[in-house]
Amino acid sequence: MARAATTADAFNAVAEPRRRQILDALAGGELPVNRIVAVLGLGQPQVSKHLRVLREVGAVEVRSEGRQRLYRLNGEALKPIHDWVKEYERTWTERLERMDEVLEELKSKEQGDGSDDSQR
Amino acid sequence: MEAMTHSGKAEVTLPADDQIKVVREFDAPANLVYRAVTEPELVERWWGAQRGAMTVAEIDLRVGGKWRYVMDASNGQEVGFHGEFREIVPNERIVQTEAYEGIPNPDESANVNTMTLVEADGRTTMEVLIQCVNKESRDMQIASGMEEGMQESYDDLEDVAKSLA
Repeated sequence: MARAATTADAFNAVAEPRRRQILDALAGGELPVNRIVAVLGLGQPQVSKHLRVLREVGAVEVRSEGRQRLYRLNGEALKPIHDWVKEYERTWTERLERMDEVLEELKSKEQGDGSDDSQR
Repeated sequence: MEAMTHSGKAEVTLPADDQIKVVREFDAPANLVYRAVTEPELVERWWGAQRGAMTVAEIDLRVGGKWRYVMDASNGQEVGFHGEFREIVPNERIVQTEAYEGIPNPDESANVNTMTLVEADGRTTMEVLIQCVNKESRDMQIASGMEEGMQESYDDLEDVAKSLA
């Protein structure tokens, strides 16, 4: 029996550029295999291999609908692996630090109205 | 010269299955924070963060008015968002929709974002409550934030992975 996927396995699985591309594509919603193949421009066998790796670490889930296999992101599984909220938070932190700078400038303009360099 | 002091990091929480909340305090009065989020030439200077330059920042600030932001991400991809203003209380509160143009039928899965500003002693706390259409959409938005972060700060993540080993 295969051993359980570890966090490090999962990290490696989603670190591979092609697999990141797959996750990116799935971030827009559930997709059938043939759509993923089209997005990546790779052969079906390679894509299937990548998908299998992602599935093994729980990064994606698959379900069958008729003859189609539909893949989707498994947000719950990705969460502990990447501390994803932290990443999201970092985007906002960076963004709003820039806003601090804009605000500093607005404040000094309001205070000084031309002679604003006394208390920077 | 002293380095600029930042007011701290944004605090992100998930108050419900289909929500994201971002809270941040600024060392500035509410009217200036309001200007920074509503005037295109000011928005252009911070919204893209380190991820890329903004190529479009259009804001028609009235109820029913539209807004649209486009960022030229570092990988050459254009990332667009747009929406409509639903409620506007100057210096206090804005409710607007937010659709990500990178997915099929963006308007069907648009967020409804409520921004509130509360000023005390010249400082302002900004809260943005992002109401997603469902949990799946919420998770995907956070996951795609993760994806961006992974591409741009892969080294940091590598450190994390090492520390988990």
